[in-house]
Amino acid sequence: MRGLAPLSSPSMTERDPLEPTDEMSRALLAVATVRDRAAFARLFAHFAPRVKSYMLKLGAPPQRAKDLAQDTMLAVWRKAELFDPAKAEAATWVFTIARNLRIDALRRERHPEVSDDALAEHEDDRPRADALLDGAQRAKRLRGALSDLTPEQAQVVHLSFFADLAHPVIAERLNLPLGTVKSRLRLAMGKIRKALGDEP
Amino acid sequence: MTGACKTGHHPKHHPSDALLVGYGAGSLGEGLSLALALHLASCPECRAALADIDAVGGALLEALPPEPLERLTLADTLACLDAARPERRPPSRHFVPPGESRTPSLLRPYVGSLAAAPWQRLAPGVRRVELLPRTPRGGSAQLLRIAPGTALPHHGHGGLELTVVLSGSFTDELGRYVAGDVAEADDEVRHQPIADGHEECLCLIATDAPLRFTGLMGRLMQPFIGL
Repeated sequence: MRGLAPLSSPSMTERDPLEPTDEMSRALLAVATVRDRAAFARLFAHFAPRVKSYMLKLGAPPQRAKDLAQDTMLAVWRKAELFDPAKAEAATWVFTIARNLRIDALRRERHPEVSDDALAEHEDDRPRADALLDGAQRAKRLRGALSDLTPEQAQVVHLSFFADLAHPVIAERLNLPLGTVKSRLRLAMGKIRKALGDEP
Repeated sequence: MTGACKTGHHPKHHPSDALLVGYGAGSLGEGLSLALALHLASCPECRAALADIDAVGGALLEALPPEPLERLTLADTLACLDAARPERRPPSRHFVPPGESRTPSLLRPYVGSLAAAPWQRLAPGVRRVELLPRTPRGGSAQLLRIAPGTALPHHGHGGLELTVVLSGSFTDELGRYVAGDVAEADDEVRHQPIADGHEECLCLIATDAPLRFTGLMGRLMQPFIGL
């Protein structure tokens, strides 16, 4: 495990993240509707090297990381029709696919998830926050909130996503009380929800 | 039993943000993730929180330094596309075999039908079925059926233990838990749950790594099985 390799700073990226994200959503829809191979090639060029990077960070050897990146992109092709741009950014959707493949391949476990089918059994009466903020606005605010996290908050978020460590293990590794790790994650998510206008 | 997804009822006891982040990041073991999924199925508030956490995962993925792939890889992948059969959106309701309708769909991969599951008597008024044997990484998940009025032994928690109520209810020092509610116990909590309703309480109990595991199941097993 690459666990506590030096953590990059929480600041996200120099380039404007909005443009590729919108382009990626359009490409995904083109794959979903007309099986557009050129659109798939654009998705591949953008996401495959990042998914490989994600798998390497989580401890996959290089060949395995490459295979998992390829498997993720094949799943993107197969599942494109399930992508709903009203619910998530393209990157969010690709992340969940990569995450589940990673758990299956590197940990030999499943990631139990609520299917849309199960949700049909009871109506969601809460107005979707997406209805209030459009996708590009949400993406921009989310990245702003992430770069506003304190280094301590960013550290526990990064360890959760990139070191495969649950909060009790993070507490052990950082030699912190469990309550401190929990409150850092709570404060981090509070900032993100506030930025997205999702505060209850 | 009515299952975790009672229409019109929303849970009042929610998992911590730390647990939701762990679920979204994929850093929890399968047992704890199953417990979270059962809660999410009946909690629109936590599903909205999870959507934000997944979005954090997407933003972090996009910000990773791209690792170059050999040029061949796109060609290889394109060559595989014809063999990859697209998945269709599933119909909104799938066929549920008779007798299965009361088993939450999330449990079916583990237990098939609840009625036909191999329930073991653990103690007077307490039966259990193991859903997830200990994995190398650790963690476990079991279902318990607790008869009305039965009190479980008073216990603390060395690790992390989640209890999700699927039907019926229980009460402990921290409150009353009904269908969909999650009780999150860690080493800062000691409690004594009592099945307090008129009907049997069906709940799922999940733990993290076995080395940390000294929670409810451990305490139950010691006095009754370990004699």
